[in-house]
Amino acid sequence: MSNLTDLTLAEGRDKLAKGEFTAVELTQAHIQAIEAKRNLNAFIVETPELALEEAKASDLRRRAGTNGAMDGLAIGIKDLFCTKGVQTTAASHILEGFKPPYESTVSGKLKAAGAISLGKLNLDEFAMGSSNQTSYFGAVENPWKRKSDPTAKLVPGGSSGGSAAAVAARMVMAATGTDTGGSIRQPAAFCGITGIKPTYGRCSRFGVVAFASSLDQAGPMARTVRDCAIMLGSMAGFDPNDSTSVNMAVPDFEAALTGDIRGLKIGIPKEYRPVGLSEEVAKVWEQGVEWLKAAGATPVEISLPHTKYALPTYYIIAPAECSSNLARYDGLRFGLRVPGKSLDEMYAKTRAAGFGAEVRRRILIGTYVLSAGYYDAYYAKAQKVRRLIADDFAKAFETVDVILTPTAPSAAFGQGEGSDDPVTMWLNDVFTIPTSMAGLPGLSLPAGLSSDGLPLGLQLIGRPFDEETVFKVAGVMETAANFTARPEGI
Amino acid sequence: MSLDKATVRNIANLARIEVRDEELDHLAGELSNIITFVEQLSEVNTDGVEPMTSVAAMTLPMRKDVVTDGGRHDAVMANAPEAEDGFFTVPKVVE
Repeated sequence: MSNLTDLTLAEGRDKLAKGEFTAVELTQAHIQAIEAKRNLNAFIVETPELALEEAKASDLRRRAGTNGAMDGLAIGIKDLFCTKGVQTTAASHILEGFKPPYESTVSGKLKAAGAISLGKLNLDEFAMGSSNQTSYFGAVENPWKRKSDPTAKLVPGGSSGGSAAAVAARMVMAATGTDTGGSIRQPAAFCGITGIKPTYGRCSRFGVVAFASSLDQAGPMARTVRDCAIMLGSMAGFDPNDSTSVNMAVPDFEAALTGDIRGLKIGIPKEYRPVGLSEEVAKVWEQGVEWLKAAGATPVEISLPHTKYALPTYYIIAPAECSSNLARYDGLRFGLRVPGKSLDEMYAKTRAAGFGAEVRRRILIGTYVLSAGYYDAYYAKAQKVRRLIADDFAKAFETVDVILTPTAPSAAFGQGEGSDDPVTMWLNDVFTIPTSMAGLPGLSLPAGLSSDGLPLGLQLIGRPFDEETVFKVAGVMETAANFTARPEGI
Repeated sequence: MSLDKATVRNIANLARIEVRDEELDHLAGELSNIITFVEQLSEVNTDGVEPMTSVAAMTLPMRKDVVTDGGRHDAVMANAPEAEDGFFTVPKVVE
């Protein structure tokens, strides 16, 4: 029997079906892997007892023939999804101890499909960050190491850093992530795994702690394209509890992996070569174009002229929405409460103690750009530029079927590096934010290693609700890239 | 544009986040950098562009105005940091 923690979701599913092992055995193997890798700090809460109970129930379902699409498969849940009775913190002090009385739609759907959660995964506080260093519960360590300096601790990316690290370190087979400006794709790239932010509206946001509601979207993070397709199938779908979730049928994403991309047009945006783009990243990108050409697709140079404005637009819209969403943390109904002599003093003291520096910064910026006299100059302006960014994509998709770009401008960086200036840190998301602004599906997959031995990711962007073409092209690229490297010791 | 200490104090008050006086200088500098960064949007011509409020070209669905859930008093109160007799408590607001 091969090592159970090495299995993909697809392999695990098929072997469970053949009875090669039980869900309890598969769960136990992952519980041991989690215990062995606690140094990465990928989990905020581990739930091994709960997982074993569910695994037993899964084995019974299988015997009864009532098993679901992901029955018995070991996953982790980003600690931004409310899980009934299990602490949900968004990695913030202000929610420490919060046990939701209800389940998020997405985690509930995964549960209904039979997936077994091993616990809640670490993230940047309220999903605000690109390095998982803003978590109140401590930074997450990337399992990958630089060849030149194996002692340096690297960031896993963010905000879904715990999810990415846990999947890369074989602690779970797959994990949920959420993506507002790149929070699935950039950590997937930094940790050498695959992740997709589906089209805005594909997955319900109900029960996902809100950051920027017009951008937030849940998606799967796993080790293969097929696994992402399998898992997205169990996460997606209309939910009357989220009025922005779209009422359309969920396709069989796995069936899209035909391997045939002949005749497809691949857009290569000329604006995605900013100053400071690592040469190695540029090389992997060119390699990606060659792979797709060899498989019968045609690269087409396209222009997305408003690309450079995506980041400043995002840093008006996301903080504005964050300042509104986070107004609910008032010390009254749930979470942290710091006493004060008046109601206002209690609010101010609670929120000062409960929010970390990055979250506070974004709330203040959001409050400023929404305040009287500045709303039109900043927020309304940003909404107009956002439309221009979305129009760029719409125009490009008149001629191409999918767009290929790097996922991030560099490989994973070290903990503590480049975190002094918030704007520099934000540049990590320069290739992922435009897609988010337009609400389009974006997938990142590992395409190669840097000379220092770190994974580099490529991003495929699709038309709205055309995840199938994204998966199809990603499947071909995955075969060509044949990325088999692993973190040292895993 | 740069934000002065008074502006930062004002927005912190609007956001109901207590900020210590000795933090104001540093915060004003940081926030000013961010505002300067986002101000590059002013060079984009947006005349006649409709603000984009939603990525999906959809009309929000309507539903019947009826009670769909409820009767969960205990669940709603379960996470209250301070509660009394089934009510959330607040500091005295009326003298």
